[in-house]
Amino acid sequence: MITLSVNGVAHELDVPPDMPLLWALRDTLAMTGTKFGCGQALCGACTVHLDGTAVRSCQTPVGDAAGAEIVTIEGANGKVAEAVQASWRELDVVQCGYCQSGQIMSAIALLSDNAKPTDDDIDAAMDGNICRCGTYQRIRAAIHDAAGKLA
Amino acid sequence: MLRTDLPVNPLTPRPATRGASRRDFLKGTATVAGAFVLATFVPLGRGPLAQEAAANGPPAGIFEPNVFLKIAPDNTVTVLIKHFEMGQGITTGLSTLVAEELDADWGQMRYEMAPANPALYANLFFGTYMGTGGSTSTANSWTQMRKVGAAARAMLVAVAAKQWNVPAGEITVAKGTLSHPSGKTATFGELAGAAMAEAVPADPALKTSDQWTLIGTRLPRLDSFAKTNGTAVYGLDIRRPGMLVAVIRRPDRFGGTVKSFDATAAKAVAGVVDVVQIPTGVAVIAKDTWSAMKGREALTVEWDDAKAETRSTDAIFASYREELKKTGLPADTRGDAAAGIAGAAKTTTAEFTFPYLAHAPMEPMNGVIQLTDEGAEIWSGSQFPSIDLYVTSAVLGIKPEQVKINILISGGSFGRRAVPNADWTFELAAVAKAFGRKDPVQLVWTREDDIKGGYYRPMFLHAVEAGLTADGKIAGWRHKVIGKSIFLGTAMEQMVVHDGVDDTSVEGVKGSPYKIPHFAVEAYNPTSEVPVLWWRSVGNTHTAQVMETMMDELATMAGRDAVEFRLELLAEHPRMADVLKLAAEKGDWGKPMPAGKGRGIAVHESFGTRVAMVAEVTVDGADIKVDRIVAAIDCGIAVNPDIIAAQVEGSVGFALSSVLRNAITLTDGVVDQSNFDGFEPTRMSEMPVVEVHIAKVDAPPSGIGEPAVPLLAPAIGNAVFQATGKRLRSLPFDLGTVG
Repeated sequence: MITLSVNGVAHELDVPPDMPLLWALRDTLAMTGTKFGCGQALCGACTVHLDGTAVRSCQTPVGDAAGAEIVTIEGANGKVAEAVQASWRELDVVQCGYCQSGQIMSAIALLSDNAKPTDDDIDAAMDGNICRCGTYQRIRAAIHDAAGKLA
Repeated sequence: MLRTDLPVNPLTPRPATRGASRRDFLKGTATVAGAFVLATFVPLGRGPLAQEAAANGPPAGIFEPNVFLKIAPDNTVTVLIKHFEMGQGITTGLSTLVAEELDADWGQMRYEMAPANPALYANLFFGTYMGTGGSTSTANSWTQMRKVGAAARAMLVAVAAKQWNVPAGEITVAKGTLSHPSGKTATFGELAGAAMAEAVPADPALKTSDQWTLIGTRLPRLDSFAKTNGTAVYGLDIRRPGMLVAVIRRPDRFGGTVKSFDATAAKAVAGVVDVVQIPTGVAVIAKDTWSAMKGREALTVEWDDAKAETRSTDAIFASYREELKKTGLPADTRGDAAAGIAGAAKTTTAEFTFPYLAHAPMEPMNGVIQLTDEGAEIWSGSQFPSIDLYVTSAVLGIKPEQVKINILISGGSFGRRAVPNADWTFELAAVAKAFGRKDPVQLVWTREDDIKGGYYRPMFLHAVEAGLTADGKIAGWRHKVIGKSIFLGTAMEQMVVHDGVDDTSVEGVKGSPYKIPHFAVEAYNPTSEVPVLWWRSVGNTHTAQVMETMMDELATMAGRDAVEFRLELLAEHPRMADVLKLAAEKGDWGKPMPAGKGRGIAVHESFGTRVAMVAEVTVDGADIKVDRIVAAIDCGIAVNPDIIAAQVEGSVGFALSSVLRNAITLTDGVVDQSNFDGFEPTRMSEMPVVEVHIAKVDAPPSGIGEPAVPLLAPAIGNAVFQATGKRLRSLPFDLGTVG
């Protein structure tokens, strides 16, 4: 049994420790807001926060996540998360939306560390998150907009 | 091989009967007490199924709700969306058309994906078939969805007139509220139940464009909220009680088949439930995705490659060049191209190659199936439900009416989810049949399955010979196009194959709007076991690059400005000329650029939409950085300008990696790429600034999902030429190999 704390709730999971956190969330806990895109930490669709740090859950063994505080898109909250989500909605960033859980989790992590990111900061923090619909221009604008809301 | 012998031609266009006076509006059956539900059939391009449905009323049975519109007592207005939402915003667009005529408040609008029911939800440009593609969703729904809103509005007004005992003509409707000068008001929700008893107007009048309050404005997307908090449900997110997960081991080479397999080790993996053979491979079924993946790794399969494609992509291109020595099939012939070139003062020849491309939508292919006593139920991102219904029933040996498909939104498609042989739906049904149990099973493709899985944009090669007269006019143009046809040999062949020429192989060259007096286009249909498919903008992905690069090259040879040269040849196409001029003006055409930077332009029409694009690039050695894209769009009436802008921005982001690096290559028939490392989409740091300018045009709307994609490559290539003097033709661009 692995004890996993997700969005403030403790779960007992009967899964092998090498199962990626992604599949523990999606299949075992049926929390499907975190997405499967590549399985190789190449696209960022599976991004969650592990003790406040953005990680790719498809390459994080669930055994390594035991004892950590995990936050997924379903549990994203607080003023940074609210600002990011509000800006995403006001600028209509999403198209297919599939990557946006990961984009938003990466953006929250960025703004939590850096209240006023430059374009270069955004490139560095967001380059690991692929959006095949190509919404990058609006993601960039929404991050700047959210930073403005938080200022 | 998958079935391609469907007995129907789902996309055979039927003559549209626009403006038909007879319309059948049928009220559906209310499923919510006090709710108003409306189903309509507007006979634009109607076929036998729709006629039958109109004659008999909404088909009874499993496909509830049979409606386009529901108004609930809580005052929400829900539009049933007959088109597939893959990110293009059609849920918002169709809801806008209904809301406009209904005079609803945007805040009360909701949407649901309509279930698979071709009799009710046909694409009116596809005859009786339900499906989304060819950038037709807004265009075919333009009148139909406005009529839905207008009919419902008239029924609400009629019931208010009765309840208030006032003439209907004195009632006004605005922002979801009906009002009378006496001070009486009512919401839609308050009148919804009673409105169901009103007669459905036979031919409700539509607003004139000056009366619009929603069309043409920036309305927020209806799906933004759920897509920003993790609650939006995609096909891959379906979780059914007792659901199992299947992954499939497919052959390493296209056309390969299973010779034998050993499942002993796979079945020993914890969580694996069964291993079954299906026509396309071997499926491992497990209690969760991770166990299924691990089980597949443990599987041993021996393949029979006797009929497989074993060539490398270099060899395929070499075979194309050999084939071009023969005469091709005539696709477009104007004047005498050979004589025109023979008499030219200057000539040029050019070869362009285009690789296989994977669509790589962020959500890999997937679906859930459950066998039931009645037949089968599916949950999936079904872009072409008519085909999916047929293929599923054929595999399972049941009738299409026994298949229920619940359609989910999808994490992108770019063409991949509309497949003439329904490849992954076929697999889904085949797994269920081989497994034989009634547990719900989710089929999951991994990213590797997707990148290696075929259904690529076909490899193409163009060979062009063109000449100029002494005074700089085009003297002649001979153009050969070779690549595997998407439609030949499929159930949709009759739709677009004429005299052996697949129009989608040559669209954008054939019928070019440029006035070229001596023009000859020849087409060739090489075959291969590699399955190919339309990829966002289909043939235009390669034809626009060739036409617009050649136009730039000829303008340079003639010593003419690239815009002026084109405008002279577009004199009979004012809408094309107008977008070109708009892009040139907004894109600073003609203004000097510093060393190492360049500006290029291109114009192209596809799917009834005209797009011109200016690209600004910085070249550093062999590196190309795209700094700025300025696009001018004529897609008729702009229903939602912000979504149009988003589609153009996204088209740039989507297409940029195909311009700069993406290619699927084969070595001895085996795909060399497997994930986003070898086939890497555009990333944030590469995204140029995109500016979108929409021409004001009073014409019915055309599509915007695809038409901006083809412009990016030639605009960038022409900009690189301005910066470096090096002419990039083949994709992806490689400055290191161009002299």
